[in-house]
Amino acid sequence: MKNAVGRDIPEKILKETKKEVFKGTYVKDNYEYKKGAPKIRTLSDPTRSKLVKDIHEALVKCGIKDGMTISFHHHFREGDYVVNMVMEEIHKMGIKDITISASSLGKANDPIVPYIEDGTITCIHSSGVRGKIGEAISNGKLKKLAIMRSHGGRVRAVETGEVHIDIAFIGAPTCDDYGNMRAVGGKSDCGVLSYAMVDAEYADKVVAITDCLVPFPNIPASISMVNVDYVCVVDEIGNPQKIATGAAKPTTDVRKLMMADYCTKFVINTPYFKEGFSYQTGVGGASIASTISLGKVMEERGIHMGLGLGGITTPMCDLLERGLCEKIVDTQDFDLGAIESIKNNPKHIEISASEYANPFNKGAYVNKLDFVILASLEVDVNFNCNVVVGSDGVITGAQGGHPDTAAGAKCTIIIAPLLQGRIPVICSNVTTVTTPGETVDVVITDYGVAINPKRKDLIEAMKGVDLPFKTIEELRDIAYKMAGAPDPVEFEDRVVGIIEARDGSIIDVVRKIKSRT
Amino acid sequence: MEIKKAASAGTLESSDAQITVEPNKKGINLSIESTVINQYGKQIEKVVLETLERLDVKNATVSVIDKGALDCTLKARVECAVYRSNDIHDNLPWDGAIK
Repeated sequence: MKNAVGRDIPEKILKETKKEVFKGTYVKDNYEYKKGAPKIRTLSDPTRSKLVKDIHEALVKCGIKDGMTISFHHHFREGDYVVNMVMEEIHKMGIKDITISASSLGKANDPIVPYIEDGTITCIHSSGVRGKIGEAISNGKLKKLAIMRSHGGRVRAVETGEVHIDIAFIGAPTCDDYGNMRAVGGKSDCGVLSYAMVDAEYADKVVAITDCLVPFPNIPASISMVNVDYVCVVDEIGNPQKIATGAAKPTTDVRKLMMADYCTKFVINTPYFKEGFSYQTGVGGASIASTISLGKVMEERGIHMGLGLGGITTPMCDLLERGLCEKIVDTQDFDLGAIESIKNNPKHIEISASEYANPFNKGAYVNKLDFVILASLEVDVNFNCNVVVGSDGVITGAQGGHPDTAAGAKCTIIIAPLLQGRIPVICSNVTTVTTPGETVDVVITDYGVAINPKRKDLIEAMKGVDLPFKTIEELRDIAYKMAGAPDPVEFEDRVVGIIEARDGSIIDVVRKIKSRT
Repeated sequence: MEIKKAASAGTLESSDAQITVEPNKKGINLSIESTVINQYGKQIEKVVLETLERLDVKNATVSVIDKGALDCTLKARVECAVYRSNDIHDNLPWDGAIK
């Protein structure tokens, strides 16, 4: 059955998942539902300890068994050890048929691939996957369908009860013996624990894993002891060097700087660029460069950002320090500068992933965004974006907050080079739709700027603005003229994963890649 | 042209291709490795064979290690490798055999 972005979703998949096809970004506004709830085992005897001696004991006490759903967060990014440690122990115990529900998985988690192959792990829910896990799923090694959800979509799935987490393992930079977790003050600081908050509230069993046990009470806590069953101390929860890198040097790539300048010029000519505007960017070189160049204009004109949202990097914190930004509201820290900022600056505030982006609560921060500046692997002539599946058909990225912020922001801007190597980023049809074109307003490339034709107001606002405006089809044609039109990647019929829209409907499917000889 | 000895041109940088030509007794023996083989494999083969034909190369073992080069880059690397195999470095036939 064809969905609202023209993708044919096989009946078999709709039946198997009991899901609907995507019908539009805002069709579930005003939707009523009753939340799911965890099963709680109380602790009222003050002499009972939550400390367990190792992960094995935690698993035993939590009643690990075949078929369970185990959850993780990805705040330790490419430095994460927690997923691998826990899965290694589950594997050793001979447990099978585990569903991993992760806020995201990266290359750091490559070591779990053998557990996919031997049936320890049979299902993965994530915002995306990179490295060998992506290759394994695209080659059909995972027994059940992989489900890719945005950050907001994941919270929705857990809060509605669609996903029920049996045991949540939450890596915590610091924790006390009663389970109060903080993301700062330890040896592997990650700044915030936003993505893990829903796990703590909705999982039947919650295990804190830390490498820095601190005296009680460890407050103000990101995750409170009232939701934590056990505390497990290990030697290392991650590699601090990979959890928080130094601030990325501002890009010197002239192509990216040019696109950043185009972006700033576009932003300041919209009606939304006024005192108190709200803003989010991704962490690509061009996005960060556009924050820096926008800062200069803000200073010149005396315009202040009321809210800086999202995954945070040093350039955003610099705006806060300089008094150009009033508040930073944070769900993920990408570098040491961002972590230092949340430790020291009271105007830099941690929120939950639900507050950030959940489409099924009573209003999330993304709905209040004026601008979001994002990247994309591919954008097609219908403005649909693909941020999950590489142009070669292999899963290699993550939705993250892309669909959430695009749906929420008044002005969604994609910055992308026209060609990535030889691959046209602007194309006729994206390999996989992960963010619907109806939520994408502007595409900025090194060869021109295209405004979504349905945004007549933005087209009007840009009259007389000196930018190389083109239609999206013109951009595609330039790309194909330089690189040649790409041959379509060949897939087999078997569906290996589904891409969920924010509301849980199916926006696209990912098929097994044809074996290549 | 005849391939007189092994010669190569190009690098393994992104958006480039490294092309090696070697003498072969009979016919063209072409191997292609590419980061974009699924989308552009056929196109790369076509461009390399056309360029060899234009240079009148009938017998050669040609290896292409492509990192996403555009057609113009592929052509230039093939031309360069073929002329190097003949030790021709000056007075190249611009707008003739070399386009």
